Amino acid sequence: MTQLEKNIEAIKEMSGSDPYKCMRCGKCTASCPAYSEMDIKPHQFASYIIRGDFEELIESKAAWKCLSCFACIERCPRDVQPGKLVDATRQIVARSRGGDYLQPEEVPGLLAEDLPQQLLVSAFRRYRR
Amino acid sequence: MQKIGVFVCHCGTNIAATVDVKKVVELVRYEPGVVFADDYMYMCSEAGQEKIIEAIKEYGLTGLVICSCSPRMHEKTFRACAEKAGLNPYMVEVANIREQCSWIHKDKEEATKKAVILARAAIAKVNLNAPLKEGESPVTKRALVIGGGIAGIQTALDIADAGYEVDIVEKEPSIGGRMSQFDKTFPTLDCASCILTPKMVEVNQHPNITLYTYSEVEKVSGYVGNFDVDIRKKARSIIFDKCTGCGECMTKCPLGKIGNIPSEFDRGLKNRPAIYMPFAQAVPAVPVIDRENCTYFKTGKCGVCSKLCPSKAIDYEQQDEIVTVKYGAIVVATGFDIINLDKFGEYAYNESPDVITSIELERLMNAAGPTGGHLERMSDHKQPKDIVFIQCVGSRCDSEEKGKPYCSKVCCMYTAKHAMLIKDHWPDTNITVFYIDVRTPGKNFDEFYRRAVEQYHVNYIKGQVGKVKPQPDGSLLVQAADLLDGKQINMKADMVVLAAAIEPNPGVRKIATMLTASIDNNNFLTEAHAKLRPVESPTAGIFLSGMAQGPKDIPETVSQAGAAAVKVIGLLAKDSLKTNPCTAQCDTLLCNGCSTCANVCPYGAITYDDVQVMDHGLRETRRVAQVNNALCQGCGACTSACPSGAMDLQGFSNRQITTEVDAICR
Repeated sequence: MTQLEKNIEAIKEMSGSDPYKCMRCGKCTASCPAYSEMDIKPHQFASYIIRGDFEELIESKAAWKCLSCFACIERCPRDVQPGKLVDATRQIVARSRGGDYLQPEEVPGLLAEDLPQQLLVSAFRRYRR
Repeated sequence: MQKIGVFVCHCGTNIAATVDVKKVVELVRYEPGVVFADDYMYMCSEAGQEKIIEAIKEYGLTGLVICSCSPRMHEKTFRACAEKAGLNPYMVEVANIREQCSWIHKDKEEATKKAVILARAAIAKVNLNAPLKEGESPVTKRALVIGGGIAGIQTALDIADAGYEVDIVEKEPSIGGRMSQFDKTFPTLDCASCILTPKMVEVNQHPNITLYTYSEVEKVSGYVGNFDVDIRKKARSIIFDKCTGCGECMTKCPLGKIGNIPSEFDRGLKNRPAIYMPFAQAVPAVPVIDRENCTYFKTGKCGVCSKLCPSKAIDYEQQDEIVTVKYGAIVVATGFDIINLDKFGEYAYNESPDVITSIELERLMNAAGPTGGHLERMSDHKQPKDIVFIQCVGSRCDSEEKGKPYCSKVCCMYTAKHAMLIKDHWPDTNITVFYIDVRTPGKNFDEFYRRAVEQYHVNYIKGQVGKVKPQPDGSLLVQAADLLDGKQINMKADMVVLAAAIEPNPGVRKIATMLTASIDNNNFLTEAHAKLRPVESPTAGIFLSGMAQGPKDIPETVSQAGAAAVKVIGLLAKDSLKTNPCTAQCDTLLCNGCSTCANVCPYGAITYDDVQVMDHGLRETRRVAQVNNALCQGCGACTSACPSGAMDLQGFSNRQITTEVDAICR
């Protein structure tokens, strides 16, 4: 296994999504209500990860413009669910800033200016189930 | 005077929507010779045919005109119907008022007028029709298969198993073809030679199969059921019956080490001696001497093989031998090659030994190949870490002088196969595939390709490679596009593999010409009908098997080979064939023996004979043309070429045709 494959394996574990399964049909991008705001489109998340362009994802606006509406997760025919890859990207950023996860009751106290709102929304939606 | 019945078909609305059928009936009723005219919804139906039979009986009809679809569709039906009522089938004419009238016109009035004219012409012709009788020709119960690859092997085995004798003519020293060069086969990844060699051995041992290897078809004459074929058995320089295949000669040939003779079988990646078998499992296991390179044939010195051969099987004096054999059917299974890549300079195939074709990769991965199955770069014998595959090299290419307009069909699958096999052996290898489309229709095919992506993490990128640049450090710089991400990619590779377009074996043109079998713009053999007669050539008695007809993979080739065999068996099972009575005839009183007809006849059906004739009381000997009715296909070339009007085609006589034209122009 190459180093890149190992890194991707880690993302797979973190997101629960397998980017290799993507066939680039574009249904996620076709469904995305935030399309015009996304500098990296949903379908590109899989190919960026496979290629190892993690830095570009971390630096992207897209990771925070994603509304976490989960339309892509619902509609993906290959079970790649790019929304989860977006989530994983956010998580990598959050962890790099020292955080990992939040307890709901901690949230109001932590609502800081620089905390991206989308991360919260996403976390709530994700852990609701 | 004929008593003609005219039957006008509605063909549902196919004809009736554009042609006023009732009006046609009324207008042709009073044509000369017509005693009965009627219309019906579907003339070809059981009820329609019954109507025709009843009319023949009631009115004592001697000729029929059916105004319906093209004679290609239903002439046979209506002829059989006439025969049922006791009428000679050649007294039936079909006026095509569908394909040549209703389908191509919009104006009903004009179309009706044209339908009437077409009917009139047919009526005028029937007035001159005479009963014709089909002849019979015998069938030689033996088949010839040209090409000994998997297609030819399977066809031959299937025919032989049905109890008929088959000969295979193969131009290489061994049968096996391309498949014997392959390492593994998709989508099951079983080893190619493991599934092929048992079939090769079976062919060799089958009591009904005769092998002509290192042989070529030289001349073909005759026709369906009765072909005469000259086969050139090239001098092997080995006495076939004495050779035990021990291989001593090949290991001792001095040119094996110093000769620099590239092995055709290993695609030039390895050298071979001048006396050689293409590969270890060759069938027959008898070597040949390559006379162009052999020192003995070039200088008269050496003779090592002859001295060392324990069974004294070397014969430098052997000559080519020509055998003539009769066949009932011929199958073309001449296979394929890949295109020459000289025109694709951008991929640096001729510049770097590390840019290879997929067939070369097959040899490099094969345990019996030049590297013993160890994948290595041909430049420095190092194992490549980064491999780039380029798809569609010359396929789907509209520029005629560079590539081929069609999809080569097998490349997507074999590339996925190669990628997986490499990853399986050497998991640290990075593999990138640049593609235009990934095309994987077929049972378990898409799953196979997805396995390469999902399980083996082969990196598929939509986009082509623009340039491969060999670098001073020995690596290759690949400049490509990633269209889905809208980027240009520059990456280093240790090896580049080109999926070169497939083309029919270049020798097929010559063979097709000998067989008068038609080929398309790309030299693939044409089918008699693309959908309904896919394994037959339009030339009767010629059948198609394998890549010679179009790109296809092994499972498809094997099914087509079986289908061709069934068609051959169906032909050989007959004791005789009905021959077309519409053949040319020579009026010896008019013929002046000028040979014009013989020169234009594509079937060699015309010969000359000296006959005694009485001309105004004088007996004289004249050279006149004679037509072999079994060979004549009724094309009519001789009738239009004959300067004295001596040649005439039965059923399409000059008089009948001019009368038809008169009726149209009336």
